[in-house]
Amino acid sequence: MRYLPLTPDDRAQMLGVIGAPDIDALFADVPAAARKKDLFDLPKRAGELEVERELGALAARNRPAGEGPFFCGAGAYRHHVPASVDHIIQRSEFLTSYTPYQPEIAQGTLQVLFEFQTQVAALTGMDVANASMYDGSTATAEAVMMSQRVTRREKAILSGGLHPHYAAVTQTIAHAEGMTIVRQAAAIDAEAAVIAAIDAETACVVVQTPNIFGVVTDVTKIAEAAHAAGALLIVVTTEAVSFGLLKSPGEMGADIAVAEGQSIGVGLNYGGPYVGLFACREKLVRQMPGRLCGETLDAQGRRGYVLTLSTREQHIRREKATSNICTNSGLCALAFTIHLSLLGEVGLRQMAALSHSRARELVGALSGVCEVLTPRYFNEIAVRVPNASATVEALLQDGIVAGVPYSRLAPEAGLDDVLLLAVTETTTSADIAALSAALKGRLG
Amino acid sequence: MAMNNVGRPTAPGTSSTEGHASLTGARGLLQDEPLIFELGGWDKTGVDFDPADHDASDLGDLVRTAPIGIPGLSEPETLRHYVRLSQKNHAIDLALYPLGSCTMKHNPRLNEKMARLPGFADLHPLQPVSTAQGALELMDRLAHWLKTLTGMPAVALTPKAGAHGELCGLLCIKAAHEAAGNGHRRRVLVPTSAHGTNPATAAFVGYSVEEIAQTADGRVDLADLEAKLGPDVAAIMVTNPNTCGLFEREVIEIARISHAHGAYFYCDGANFNAIVGRVRPGDLGVDAMHINLHKTFSTPHGGGGPGAGPVVLSQALAPFAPTPWLVHGADGLELVEEARDEAARTFGRMCAFQGQMGMFVRAYAYMRSHGADGLRQVAEDAVLNANYIKAVLAAEMTPAFPDGPCMHEALFDDRWLEGTGVTTLDFAKAMIDEGFHPMTMYFPLVVHGAMLIEPTETESKRELDRFCDALLALARAAKAGDVERFTGAPYLAPLSRLDETLAARKPKLTWRPEHDVSVAAE
Repeated sequence: MRYLPLTPDDRAQMLGVIGAPDIDALFADVPAAARKKDLFDLPKRAGELEVERELGALAARNRPAGEGPFFCGAGAYRHHVPASVDHIIQRSEFLTSYTPYQPEIAQGTLQVLFEFQTQVAALTGMDVANASMYDGSTATAEAVMMSQRVTRREKAILSGGLHPHYAAVTQTIAHAEGMTIVRQAAAIDAEAAVIAAIDAETACVVVQTPNIFGVVTDVTKIAEAAHAAGALLIVVTTEAVSFGLLKSPGEMGADIAVAEGQSIGVGLNYGGPYVGLFACREKLVRQMPGRLCGETLDAQGRRGYVLTLSTREQHIRREKATSNICTNSGLCALAFTIHLSLLGEVGLRQMAALSHSRARELVGALSGVCEVLTPRYFNEIAVRVPNASATVEALLQDGIVAGVPYSRLAPEAGLDDVLLLAVTETTTSADIAALSAALKGRLG
Repeated sequence: MAMNNVGRPTAPGTSSTEGHASLTGARGLLQDEPLIFELGGWDKTGVDFDPADHDASDLGDLVRTAPIGIPGLSEPETLRHYVRLSQKNHAIDLALYPLGSCTMKHNPRLNEKMARLPGFADLHPLQPVSTAQGALELMDRLAHWLKTLTGMPAVALTPKAGAHGELCGLLCIKAAHEAAGNGHRRRVLVPTSAHGTNPATAAFVGYSVEEIAQTADGRVDLADLEAKLGPDVAAIMVTNPNTCGLFEREVIEIARISHAHGAYFYCDGANFNAIVGRVRPGDLGVDAMHINLHKTFSTPHGGGGPGAGPVVLSQALAPFAPTPWLVHGADGLELVEEARDEAARTFGRMCAFQGQMGMFVRAYAYMRSHGADGLRQVAEDAVLNANYIKAVLAAEMTPAFPDGPCMHEALFDDRWLEGTGVTTLDFAKAMIDEGFHPMTMYFPLVVHGAMLIEPTETESKRELDRFCDALLALARAAKAGDVERFTGAPYLAPLSRLDETLAARKPKLTWRPEHDVSVAAE
């Protein structure tokens, strides 16, 4: 077997050193009833070529986003990632290293994490950021649980513009810990309902911008209302590229900003791995979940980086930890940081402006074809079509993946006529023209 | 044309590195690399875009006016920056990486290649399932392998790492208790030797945690377990093989008495590598177990993730599994994303989409490469390598549990360092100077000055011998009074020991323009 270096001679010699008659002797502690003598009923080993053939055949049965017009968003966006990003993350020293518990021989990973934290704090307009969470949805749930620790209150209000899957994850996890989760009804513009719901028991309000319907919201008034009631404002962003064009959560008064970082550096990957961004005000740092990298000095006074404030974490605090998270999204955070370092402020602003420009082009092209429901958008809009699921299936026949029906995210919401369409710098004018023409033909 | 070599010496003179410092802070090939924020790229970019056709005037004052404050670099500068940083990391591809309980094994590059096929990497989680049948088929095959290897009837694929899998398992258990009218069961029993994530996860779902004592031979104390079981216990969480590197001999009895008291048996599967292909957790009475695909099935650790933590479930717990899951329908595989009918008793959702697809592809490629025969060999070689290290190092070091074999990792205590003035931490840091990553230290908590060594099956005998020779030489140096070799170590790493107290006392978690680094470093 190509990954197993020991030879039969090695094994025999080693057993001799150990003083064991055979390999079974080393498994003597396993109850006899549980020792499997025979091979499991699974295929035997396969060479590279055979594995490539099998997986290649499976991959060929899927329709990659880049194969033609493609308009899916709703929490995952197809942006172009420069080739050098993937090259660097495949370097052995990044790919095959562990969590940097030994800082003297992990300064590469640690300095990257310090850069990542700084970039995330800058994008979100917050003071501090952690070293990543699993994805945007689990980051949201962790933020809600953090608000309970900060305010000692139990109620969280989730806006009707929050991604339904994010709301479901938050409900699942934060409810288990004993919080009361109030999920507001789906609403294109949810601001007034959120403000009306805030009361003296509220630990936090969770608002997404741009929201699941693509609506960009100035959350300043929500922040004021939350703070007046002693609650925290958590702002969620599922499209990180929007930070390049829009006011940041910090500028608008957020206490905690969480985001899905997938659209910078990571790619689609059919839903994972992604990278959760988590940032907050400095005064809340000791209640944060997850790993934090901090600057320090070595014994010779040279600058270096270590994992720090670990008394918040499970390996030290066990059942009193702020979270149970251990492994996070290190390599995706690296990809995010490299892509953002290539872009810089100049490039990120261009990329965001281009994505927004494409959305304006899309809205123009749909004029007279279907009703656009999103009043202020970044790169995603909701449109009304008779039966969104059927429309998507029909347009597949034209070679177009025409977005995400809202009903797929929340079948019980009764919004079967709402279709979510996203564009990015990878969308071409020809793609938009094809979608517009096909929709016109189908809706005729 | 001949080169002009006049005056050029062709043999090195005598020299010593001792006390030598470069003028720039570099150490030969190792550059002293600043932060990206100190490289001056405030108006640079390494990506070329076409101009946008439309402006953002439609968004009015929603548009950012303040600068973001992130620099950019051209592509060559970016490559240099991150390649220089990479050279300050240890990695499996450089040398044995013996972190106990972390299973740092070789990461096959075929798996990387497969995960990057556009048919997997460029798929959107919400595109129509009719356009992703190959991806769903791969998930279904992975699920089949995981169920077969564990002897369990169901698997939840979506958890994103081991701790997330623990959460998934406990949420299933909680839902099952509540469905049976046993919501009052809110206590979880966890051995003292458990990973920190076990008690943290139990607390995360609102359970209280109580520790189970350990026997002198490093196993769960059955009498103590039985005494603590009762009508308020929801579950036990036991790692098997445990974190002392030992198989729980009485595991079937542990399961039996736990079930007799109405508690579920959650098994932490972090150490599944030791038994894969030889022992099925389902035959041991386990109700739920997460599998770290980034350990046993070799998806890269990537400097701290991403991982993947699918959870196998017993028949009793399977109905409560999280959405989404796969079903075989008339038109192929379907993804059940919302449990709509009355029969669905799912506890909810673990993450936004289908889980770590990129990791599923890698893990499946790994399994297919090994096959049933290769995976069995994985467990055997992993256990053989650990026992070999234990036997060889016993010449100078003290195994915590000398009697009987260990499984995939060998645990030592620090009795052999008594009186030397060298601590476990010092010894570990000296290993860095010898070119090896330290073992897991001071864990598990049940052994004084613990050193937990897990070599994995992908080490050659030559590398094992090189490692053992280095540790034995160090051990002899410690015993011979060469204390400075340890207390000041590492001497040859990119940095010497770092001040963790300083980092925690005045946390600097982001670079800020006002940071004056030159002052801070003096």
